[in-house]
Amino acid sequence: MSQYSEKPTSRMDQLLDRIPVLGDVLRRPLGLVGFTIVALFIFAVIFAPAIAPYDYARQDIPNRLQAPSADYWLGTDHLGRDLFSRLVYGSRIALGTAIPAVSIALVAGTLLGLIAGYVGGQVDDILIIIMDSLQAFPSIMLSLTILALLGPSLVNVILVIGLTWMPNYARVIRAQTLAAREKAYVEAERSLGASDRRILLSHILPNVIAPAFLLAAMDLPWVITFEAGLSFMGLGVRPPTPSWGVILSDGFNNIRLSPWPITWSGVVLVLTTLGFTLFGETLRDVLDPRISGSRGM
Amino acid sequence: MLAYLIKRLVMTVAVLFMVITFLSLLVHIVPGDPAKTLLGPRASPEMIQKVRSSMDLDKPVYIQVGNFIWRLLHGDLGTDVFTGQPIKRLVVAALPHTVILAVSSLALAVLVGIPLGVFSATHPNSWLDRLTAIFSISLTTIPTYVAGLFLLLIFAVKLKTMPAIGLGEPGDWMDYLHHLVLPAIALAITWIGYLARLVRTSLLEVMNENYIRAAWAGGLSERLVLYKYALKNALIPTVAILGVGLGSLMGGAVFVEIIFSRPGMGTLIYNAIKVRNYPLVRSGVLVVAFLFILVNFLADLFYTYLDPRIQLNKRQVG
Repeated sequence: MSQYSEKPTSRMDQLLDRIPVLGDVLRRPLGLVGFTIVALFIFAVIFAPAIAPYDYARQDIPNRLQAPSADYWLGTDHLGRDLFSRLVYGSRIALGTAIPAVSIALVAGTLLGLIAGYVGGQVDDILIIIMDSLQAFPSIMLSLTILALLGPSLVNVILVIGLTWMPNYARVIRAQTLAAREKAYVEAERSLGASDRRILLSHILPNVIAPAFLLAAMDLPWVITFEAGLSFMGLGVRPPTPSWGVILSDGFNNIRLSPWPITWSGVVLVLTTLGFTLFGETLRDVLDPRISGSRGM
Repeated sequence: MLAYLIKRLVMTVAVLFMVITFLSLLVHIVPGDPAKTLLGPRASPEMIQKVRSSMDLDKPVYIQVGNFIWRLLHGDLGTDVFTGQPIKRLVVAALPHTVILAVSSLALAVLVGIPLGVFSATHPNSWLDRLTAIFSISLTTIPTYVAGLFLLLIFAVKLKTMPAIGLGEPGDWMDYLHHLVLPAIALAITWIGYLARLVRTSLLEVMNENYIRAAWAGGLSERLVLYKYALKNALIPTVAILGVGLGSLMGGAVFVEIIFSRPGMGTLIYNAIKVRNYPLVRSGVLVVAFLFILVNFLADLFYTYLDPRIQLNKRQVG
């Protein structure tokens, strides 16, 4: 682990020792697998135009529903569009939905959690009942209901996912704030005459935010599959935008004609989720060895 | 105990009230006239007026919410604007199929997931444990709809050993079960992995407790300690999570029902959304949410009963 160990350390180990947290993640086999998948995913997001051999919307009707070949590495969909290119561009939709959605949940949840935990009393009770009510629906039902009214679009999906996920963050931050409120440094600040605003933003927030960020990192893959699920049902991102859910749905409509669209988009979705999960869990184990193994859905 | 019960009950009723209010107010929070959206651009003003009044939209908001709750208390879920049928009849026809699907998936997850977790925990840090761990993590990362599509593709489309759609011949129970197999597996997969991990973690935790070590030291047999003392306590968190599980499976059922064209609450709500039949969506979602809340409440009670160590007046944190 460290330079004081008896074991002769290789060049690789020395390199890993220099990177604070990531080094420890990469040393674990599952962490390495997770990191590799996440890195590939980010690579696809950034360099999509360079990686994809075709435009994701380019149609080649005579070659529709082809099996993988030299021309089309993963085959084509029902309009003869290149599946590989569509999946590569789909990574942009996946991350482009997940990051804003999780950010909304994180910011709104943190704000409400801080207020509930710090103010306490009836404000706390009311906020708790609101959060409980939002979580009284299976999350997919809540999203479906709101999307049914708002209509499907990328922005609406982001907003709805943000709202659906927000209570988790509010709960975590509230619990942390309740504990922080009683700490000596907050008492000290208060006796010096600091305003509530100052206490909250400069002293409590920095101390309670870490678990929420970790939660956000762990939530990313679930939000990605959630968006794909909504898009699969035709309530999320609309065709022809190549969301992985849209590709799955196109494949479902042609399931008897070609297995490839479903196979590849399914594999990509599962691998991405697996990569993020392995990376996230290893990261959590490294940061906090006390908790490991279990996780709420 | 009684105080805890009452507090929990009051919270549950409050949440239920909020859910109902939220669902009936949602129409107003969201831009647009639901009657117009429902009828489409070519509807005549008289038709829109008629639908508006049948949805109570021409009355003040508090009357709308009040009316909605009043009718609910009388078991009236409203009338479907499209077919003129009472929504209750549609729900009664759909709900049993979804409940059967969710319950059989949960049973499957329990039957496979718990032994998997016990196996993992009794061979800690062996390569079999690692393999099981990777296997269970992988299962948790397969979205329900991907599992459903893959099963459909492999067993119904390619191998043709399983039926692809529907419920089977009416009245034929064997056929019904045959049609239930793939959907139930698809829905169970995530929870198999999840339960396996949960049971492993909590069993390992319990095995480190003093009373278990005392039992070992006292020379009790391995099986007796494991199954009689350790597992019993290790399963308490699992029981608590099963309530959440049943509810979340009822939500996840919407994917499975669409993929396997199974009638149920999921398809009922989904089809209503597609034609923007908001009153039907509202009542359908309300029924699912109600069951979700009820199951969670019961699981919570059961949990308190199983584990008296839970502090009775503990402030609910998470």
